[in-house]
Amino acid sequence: MSDQFDVLIIGAGVVGNAIARELSRYRLNIGVLEKEQDVGMGTSSRNSGVIHSGIHYKPGTLRARLDVKGNSLMQDLCRELKVKVDYIGKLTVAFDESDVKTLERLKEQGEANGVPGLEMLDADQMRKKQPDVGGIKALWSPSTGIICPYGLTIALAENATSNGAKFILGQDVSSIQQNGQGFVVRTANGNAFTTRVLINAAGLFSDHICEMLGINEYRIYPCRGEYLILDKRLKVRLSVLVYPAPGHGGAGLGIHLTNTVDGNILIGPSNEYIDDRDDYASTAAVTDQLKKEGHELLPGLSISDFIRSFSGIRPKQTSPQEGGFKDFVIESRRDIPGFINLVGIESPGLTSAPAIALMVRDMVEERLPLVKKDIFIAERQARVGTFSELSPEEKADLVADDPDYGEVVCRCEQITKREILDAIQNPMGNRTILGIKYRARAMMGRCQGGFCLPRIVEILEKEFGYRPEDFILNRPDSRLFAGRVR
Amino acid sequence: MHTLKRDLVIIGGGPAGLAAAVAARESGCDNVLLIERDRRLGGILNQCIHDGFGLHQFGEALTGPEYAQRFIDRLNSLSIETMLGTIVLSMDRDRILHVSSRKGFSRIEAGAVILSMGCRERTAGAISIPGTRPAGIYTAGAAQNFINLQNIMVGKKVVILGSGDIGMIMARRMTLEGSKVEAVFEILPYASGLPRNIQQCLNDYGIPLYLSTSVINIHGKERLTGVTVAQIGQERKPVPGTERHVECDTLLLSVGLIPENELSRGPDIQLEVKTNGANVDDTFMTSIPGIFSCGNVLHVHDLVDHVSDEATKVGQFAAAYLKGDIEIPESYINIKPGKGVGYVLPQRISGDRDFVLSLRVSEPCRDKAVLVRDGDKKVKRKKMVRLHPAEMIRIPVRVDKLGDARSLEVCVE
Repeated sequence: MSDQFDVLIIGAGVVGNAIARELSRYRLNIGVLEKEQDVGMGTSSRNSGVIHSGIHYKPGTLRARLDVKGNSLMQDLCRELKVKVDYIGKLTVAFDESDVKTLERLKEQGEANGVPGLEMLDADQMRKKQPDVGGIKALWSPSTGIICPYGLTIALAENATSNGAKFILGQDVSSIQQNGQGFVVRTANGNAFTTRVLINAAGLFSDHICEMLGINEYRIYPCRGEYLILDKRLKVRLSVLVYPAPGHGGAGLGIHLTNTVDGNILIGPSNEYIDDRDDYASTAAVTDQLKKEGHELLPGLSISDFIRSFSGIRPKQTSPQEGGFKDFVIESRRDIPGFINLVGIESPGLTSAPAIALMVRDMVEERLPLVKKDIFIAERQARVGTFSELSPEEKADLVADDPDYGEVVCRCEQITKREILDAIQNPMGNRTILGIKYRARAMMGRCQGGFCLPRIVEILEKEFGYRPEDFILNRPDSRLFAGRVR
Repeated sequence: MHTLKRDLVIIGGGPAGLAAAVAARESGCDNVLLIERDRRLGGILNQCIHDGFGLHQFGEALTGPEYAQRFIDRLNSLSIETMLGTIVLSMDRDRILHVSSRKGFSRIEAGAVILSMGCRERTAGAISIPGTRPAGIYTAGAAQNFINLQNIMVGKKVVILGSGDIGMIMARRMTLEGSKVEAVFEILPYASGLPRNIQQCLNDYGIPLYLSTSVINIHGKERLTGVTVAQIGQERKPVPGTERHVECDTLLLSVGLIPENELSRGPDIQLEVKTNGANVDDTFMTSIPGIFSCGNVLHVHDLVDHVSDEATKVGQFAAAYLKGDIEIPESYINIKPGKGVGYVLPQRISGDRDFVLSLRVSEPCRDKAVLVRDGDKKVKRKKMVRLHPAEMIRIPVRVDKLGDARSLEVCVE
């Protein structure tokens, strides 16, 4: 495979995809290289799914500016892309007078950053937002929201694809050479791609990409956060986000409960520096700790309320000894003309992605003429949310038109065969089980695919000609089956 | 939207729903509808191709599909209406259901409802095993589906966590199909499945069962490469120094079954923490009048024959309820599990009729008796040689033995 691009983006996470989608408005030949078999397989999908308001970041930093701007862009973007987002607001709770001072400082900082609607609430006002919450005062940030992080990442990629961007999956970049007009990018499986502008959006591996171009000033320290996912049964217990006032030290925001747009509750994340950037294991120590805190925060939790654990890895630029945060690196390299470099886009990267895309767009414009296409398809053809969230009348109409809506395949999440088929026939050409899971939400419920995976396998075999050896979970070697029984 | 009216709607066409439908029809309820989400009746019996079903019901050892077929034949000869490939999406206190199938979406008004949705398997998430989440981890029932219904082999080198019956049956099944089953590990100091399965599925094939041992870590980034197992000591924590690595490409989980009561949450049916099923009276009516529960959605059974027995009674009670022959009492006699008893069911009785207690002991013991008592007064005592949590105990109680009891306790002594 050999292709020539105007712009080549390395990394199909939320940032790479937002850039691809933004640039797909213009007459450019855009490519996106991704080492995994699908978009959003790294940090982008494995996080709390929170749209941050921007109170936590130092005024004047990229993190502050891009977060607040990204937050304000997200609502329209999600409307266009049919992605679930819900600005439910957040209470940051003070338990003593020193916390109150912290909150006052956060409020000032947030206002300096341009965060809208910040309010200090007394205990009564705070309990009107969320009954049973402890503490003496709270900072209310109405622009904090929740979003489906992989939903956004996939939707950006699909919409960019509709507008002509080319996502090439399974391409692990192994070397980059500068040539007269730009760059030659080679991948581990022997492909070569040429491009005039090269964008490093490789997230956890962004420092490796830098090294391939002789840039040695950045280093990523992987920092893992583990989560537990709780059964939807508990969703009634939490209507807004509730975080304790940040304490001193520590690199993350602390373990807390986060409700998801799909109605689950997450407990987490933990905060642990690790050596392997690909080690998404859950550990006994953290799981026990999360369970303990979960029981404290939500009395009455039972063992069957824990659906699954998962972990994500933050691409931190600060070592364990340093702790804390460094600002995002987003630079158009003078020393390497045409190379736009993004390093250390950890939290609030998800919120900032739409604003990062605009910033990168301006950097691209310094190198290439940007001419708008006559036709840009801003709206993604999709439904927000699942069939199960519709009213009985809407469901009845859909089933009458398309019997595949009548057949529920995933009983826990009530995902229909039509939704499974749409996920299988996704525009990215993803052929993995995880791809179906992330797109359709099947297998994400309390039985974790025990009932619907066999049915999905049957659909893929009978209607798409899969053989047992064709089924992979996510990576090429993650085969589901050993073959035929006989 | 299309609306239907039926006297009795039975949700779930597995062994419980089948027996309940037949019994209700035979008890004079003419307007019975059995709803099944799969495209065929029989439920999980369809994938249970081993034999051993029906020893109590029919006095012979049948396979799962054969056992189901006996009831399906009776259902057909009684011309009972069924809706296959149909899922009940919601149900409320007034017994109004929304159902969906390829034929359409409809609303059903039911005079009475029998819940017989069965159970689901506990997952890796529910037991929170640390480690990675590679391909190759299946619940035993899902693996059984792939192997027996879809001719797909899930793996070659297998570790089984949990000594539930399905796990042991799959140990034998995979061995017969050429896989190497390394071992079965059970966190408890005793097996959670039936003794006959330990003999016939593990011992006969030389598959070791390690008690008080569990999987404490999962390895592999793509396909499973192995698990770490360790002895489990105090507070269910691994005993340091006992860890060992077992190479495998497949981990089957047989770590418990959970009644699938999600639909029961719609009408806010009272559920029991110990059984994960409904709180029922001696007619198997739940806390919502006109809604009954039976089979594995009520409490997990070890023998399908007992499910059929229970569901037959429930079908009869539902028919009687529709005829107006069942009076809901103003107050009930509550039945509580006492020392040595894990759970007992029904949780409350009217005192109007004889009943059968179903119970499980909380730990294995020998040469004891199950005592049903009203304070210090003995109502019934049953001596038993072997009492095991894996084996459900059923004790018939005659109502004339109750006297003026206001509550009962069931204990092991």
